[in-house]
Amino acid sequence: MAGKVLMKGNEAIAEAAILAGCRHYFGYPITPQTEIAAYMAKRMPKIGGTFLQAESEIAAINMVYGVSSTGKRVMTSSSSPGISLKSEGISYLAGADLPALVVNCQRGGPGLGGIQPSQSDYFQATRGGGHGDYHMIVLAPASVQEMAELTIRGFELADEYRMTTMILADGTIGQMMEPVSFDFEFKAMPEKPWATTGTQGKREHNVVNSLYLSPEVLEIKNIERYEKYAQIAEKEALAEEYMTEDAEIIIAAFGIASRVAKNAVNAARAEGIKVGLIRPITLWPFPEKYFKNCLATAKEIISVELSMGQMIEDVRLATECKVPVSLCKRVGGMIPSPEEVYAAIKAAAERIGE
Amino acid sequence: MTREYLFAGFGGQGLLFSGKVLAYKGLIEEKNVSWLPSYGPEMRGGTANCSVIISDEPVGAPIISHPDVLVAMNLPSLDKFEAAVKPGGTILVDSSLIERKVARDDVSVYYVPATKIAGENGFSTLANMILMGKLLDVFGEYDVEMVHQALGKCVSARHADLLELNLKAMEIGRDYAE
Repeated sequence: MAGKVLMKGNEAIAEAAILAGCRHYFGYPITPQTEIAAYMAKRMPKIGGTFLQAESEIAAINMVYGVSSTGKRVMTSSSSPGISLKSEGISYLAGADLPALVVNCQRGGPGLGGIQPSQSDYFQATRGGGHGDYHMIVLAPASVQEMAELTIRGFELADEYRMTTMILADGTIGQMMEPVSFDFEFKAMPEKPWATTGTQGKREHNVVNSLYLSPEVLEIKNIERYEKYAQIAEKEALAEEYMTEDAEIIIAAFGIASRVAKNAVNAARAEGIKVGLIRPITLWPFPEKYFKNCLATAKEIISVELSMGQMIEDVRLATECKVPVSLCKRVGGMIPSPEEVYAAIKAAAERIGE
Repeated sequence: MTREYLFAGFGGQGLLFSGKVLAYKGLIEEKNVSWLPSYGPEMRGGTANCSVIISDEPVGAPIISHPDVLVAMNLPSLDKFEAAVKPGGTILVDSSLIERKVARDDVSVYYVPATKIAGENGFSTLANMILMGKLLDVFGEYDVEMVHQALGKCVSARHADLLELNLKAMEIGRDYAE
């Protein structure tokens, strides 16, 4: 077992955050992510960190803004309705170019919805969520090991690009236990000369702010930010490819949906159907190149989602609608079974005449 | 080889704990494992269940539609999941809580009055571990050393006394013959 422990996905996020040097956590309880807060409540006081259960999600995200301004690694976590509440603060973080890690362990919506897993916050996450022109880097773990890995990567990306990274998980990955190893290599945290840490009388004041009343200045700020986003899209887009080399049918699926899809791909491959899987790991930036490349062999793409069809739009954009893209979905907290995905593959195979 | 287990019953019967012990045993044996609980309000006294997959291959979906093994600790769970068990699969029934017999004839069934036995031995909360002992024995996988190690991972050091009780409960289950 080589140093592996069984842990819930939510707990793995919390432990990884602590290993990444995060010493400040602010949150408000909500199923199915409360284990993150519970873990932090237990650990932070023992390691000189801060755990604070705020009076609301909005208070928690603004505490994140405050700590991030001082250059410290900081995070918050919630589930779908709580993320909507935090969205104002996330927009402010973007406007002030502050790094932070935000976890959304999604549940069914809209409204209070339910507490079972969902992926229906894809649009909210990948388009920013709050007001204004901005993006978050959005990472989609598909295992407990990745909950840990992407949390650490998330802090690194947030610091490197001075923006929010969101871990877009779901109730299943958050609640399930799998073996996880914390044997990671850590990059040193970059210098943060912009942080408001006191001038010691040696430099000009640093100002962290998202208010720019001059439209000329605000326009430049937005354009510069989008130049940074373009660099990120070029450098950081990432996906896992599974049996795609000769695939005539491609499944697009992330997170828990990708695991169900993998079972179905294996079953269909056993029958000689040429099917493969592209699993986006970064949802923003969307791994467009992987989808462009699959067009060399692909005749149809099936987007498997726990939503009414959100990522499917990015798949269509990435492939410029050159092949049909169909949807295989369950919603409201339901998860498609491998049999349902397999049936979608069979139907696609008939359509393309394989 | 892949084996999928579903533990189902009332909240509070220790089904999630059983699953964790089994998953740890798999991990110690260097298998791939996943453990997925039902969560939410149903855990507070309603039906609770827990899916465990132990496999030589990487685990795909952690959700189980058709378990190889069902451990049923109340009637609603047996009613709900009996039909889902794979043909040739195994069902363990706590026969002190479930009066009816399993209707299917294409699965192996073991009836253990686990809750009654647990009460008689003075640890009424360990019926789950009696069933676990039986479960491991059914598959010829009751390895004392492994069981001890797996339990050690699941019982915190300050409850070390409970470790012995859990072990005893598992041994009673292992040795139980109908």
